Amino acid sequence: MAAVEPHVDYVLQTVSERDVRLIRLWFTDVLGQLKSFAITPAELENAFADGMGFDGSAIDGFSRTVENDLLVQPDASTFELLPWTDRHSTEARMFCDVTELDGTPHPGDPRQVLRRHLDTASERGLSFLVGPEMEFFYFADDSDAAVPTPLDQGSYFDLTTSDITSELRKRTIQALEVMGIPVEYSFHEDSPSQHEIDLRHTDALSMADNVMTFRLMVREIALEAGVLATFMPKPLPEVQGSGMHIHLSLFDDDRNVFADPADPLQLSGTARSFVAGLLRHAAEITAVTNQLVNSYKRLVTGSEAPSFVTWARSNRSALVRVPPTRPGREESVRLEYRSPDPACNPYLTFSLLLAAGLRGVDEGYELPTRTDDDLSLSSAAELTARGIAPLPQSLAEALDVMESSELVREALGDHIFTWFLRNKWTEWSDYRAQVTPFELERYLQTW
Amino acid sequence: MAQTWHAPGTSTPSRRGGAATAPGGNAFADGLWENLIVRPLLVFPDPPSDVARALEHTGHPFEIVDSLAAERHRRPDDGWSGGVLVIDTTVDEVMVFAANLRADLPEIPLLIVTPEACIDRLDGPPESFADFCVTPVRPVELALRLDRLVRPARDDGDDTDELIVYGPLMINPVTYQAMIDTEPLDLTYMEYELLKYFAQRPGRVCTREVLLGQVWGYEYYGGARTVDVHVRRLRAKLGEPHAGLISTVRSVGYRFGKAHWG
Repeated sequence: MAAVEPHVDYVLQTVSERDVRLIRLWFTDVLGQLKSFAITPAELENAFADGMGFDGSAIDGFSRTVENDLLVQPDASTFELLPWTDRHSTEARMFCDVTELDGTPHPGDPRQVLRRHLDTASERGLSFLVGPEMEFFYFADDSDAAVPTPLDQGSYFDLTTSDITSELRKRTIQALEVMGIPVEYSFHEDSPSQHEIDLRHTDALSMADNVMTFRLMVREIALEAGVLATFMPKPLPEVQGSGMHIHLSLFDDDRNVFADPADPLQLSGTARSFVAGLLRHAAEITAVTNQLVNSYKRLVTGSEAPSFVTWARSNRSALVRVPPTRPGREESVRLEYRSPDPACNPYLTFSLLLAAGLRGVDEGYELPTRTDDDLSLSSAAELTARGIAPLPQSLAEALDVMESSELVREALGDHIFTWFLRNKWTEWSDYRAQVTPFELERYLQTW
Repeated sequence: MAQTWHAPGTSTPSRRGGAATAPGGNAFADGLWENLIVRPLLVFPDPPSDVARALEHTGHPFEIVDSLAAERHRRPDDGWSGGVLVIDTTVDEVMVFAANLRADLPEIPLLIVTPEACIDRLDGPPESFADFCVTPVRPVELALRLDRLVRPARDDGDDTDELIVYGPLMINPVTYQAMIDTEPLDLTYMEYELLKYFAQRPGRVCTREVLLGQVWGYEYYGGARTVDVHVRRLRAKLGEPHAGLISTVRSVGYRFGKAHWG
């Protein structure tokens, strides 16, 4: 037999040494849903050599009219044992790239879209590191209830020692660490039953994989305790929704290209143009960073979520924040992009953030002035006069802007661009056809 | 649901207690121990109870002898893995035993357990003993020193296939498996390679650049930061009690294990 790649050899050996019974092959559809099928160790060597065939017709974003036979190619470097398997039936997982039968990347595979962007950055000597803050809710698993039932009444940073949600969060963090997904912070968030787990930054591809793993683990661990965990952006009307603030940094080898110690904000010229790129293209990428009808109910004025395209030092309603770093800690200088929510597709979101930022760098965009005041105190007219634009206020608005964006089309590729818009416009028309409790309550008796 | 969460460490057998015999029913351990030729240590003379307890704690099998004649009588076919000579009161008795033993077994690595007061009498040529340990012995220290003393038998001279042992950590390059406190570590390939590289160079400071070049050796999306990310992940997987095996050398890189020996 030909010499096996060391990565592959490692996986084959580990599967036999650790008596792994089932290997789960994971990939992600255009909407960011995790897809999986399992193979036995006997099929593993073939899977590495030739890929595993599957029918793409049922998978969002992979279907086409003529050819639906596709391959998944396991990425041996992502091989991990799954912590929820016991010693008697050890299982492992690998993330996969989706290809055509001839091995060329499938244009509907979000993981390869991100890979393409990172390859381009890497040719320029740049590595793109991201660290997301994942917010989510725990609810009683009661699908009959009209409104989800929170499991605790805690709020921001509360130390609730006895409640089940803290225990679930703790168990999740342990499982994440075991799977090599280090956690930076975790705490009880603002709203009842809302929690936040911040993942320690790593390269964007590993992080997108981590976000997929994270969402699955949070839900699985909750499910075991009979609890529903949700990344729905705005499950409760009266309280803050769940965001996924994303910290971004760009390194050239060991040098943080966003940092300039001589600058009062420690920001380099590159960082300023990068922020300018994020701001200028923010509206265009919003349909992807906030892809649900429900996403826009989180992005309302007066909440901590941004609704205007601004940047600031520490203003929590800004879209881009430059978190203060201690002097001398140049490696920590970073940007925080605050509009995305945890129901986004992380591969596409990271791709677009990088593309928008780098566009700003390449075209030398000017950074607008900082907005350090609380925008909820200003009227719409005042804001317009100051040249402050709102983010799209609905999925329809976001899709409209995206549709005319050359940047997004180029960054996602024609296939995903077209498929995404078509799918999301359908979602929007389905939503428009609904008569909501709001309408019934307001109008039924009155008119 | 039938799944149960496996918290690391919950199903650990006794700490390294199964060194002489493979822990039963664990396919991983069976494979690993096959490659470790576990020979007993020679202990002379009958040690005080605290030393005996510490020895038991290390997990190394050992046999106590009280004379050269007894040593020859009890000597295993494939020899001792090493010798632990315990000075309780008289230095001379032990040093004479050591000299005679080495005349017969010139290769045997010896560790002397000695009260601090006797250290200045441990003179003699450097080859007369390999290491020493001061009483009262700390079990962890003794384990660490014995692991260093007793390298696994070199069977075919192929360095890369040799079992790598450092304290509670064991790596089998043949099967790509790593264990800490007899508990298998679940590593990705790059985590495994990094840990192996570290463990082969205990006490040495490795810069990020060297690690990136030697361990990765190819382009990686994370750039030089990749090393930090992987070290953080390795520490998490080693678990809290062992995370300190890899220490950060500020603005230089990382060091695995203790800085100096002694």
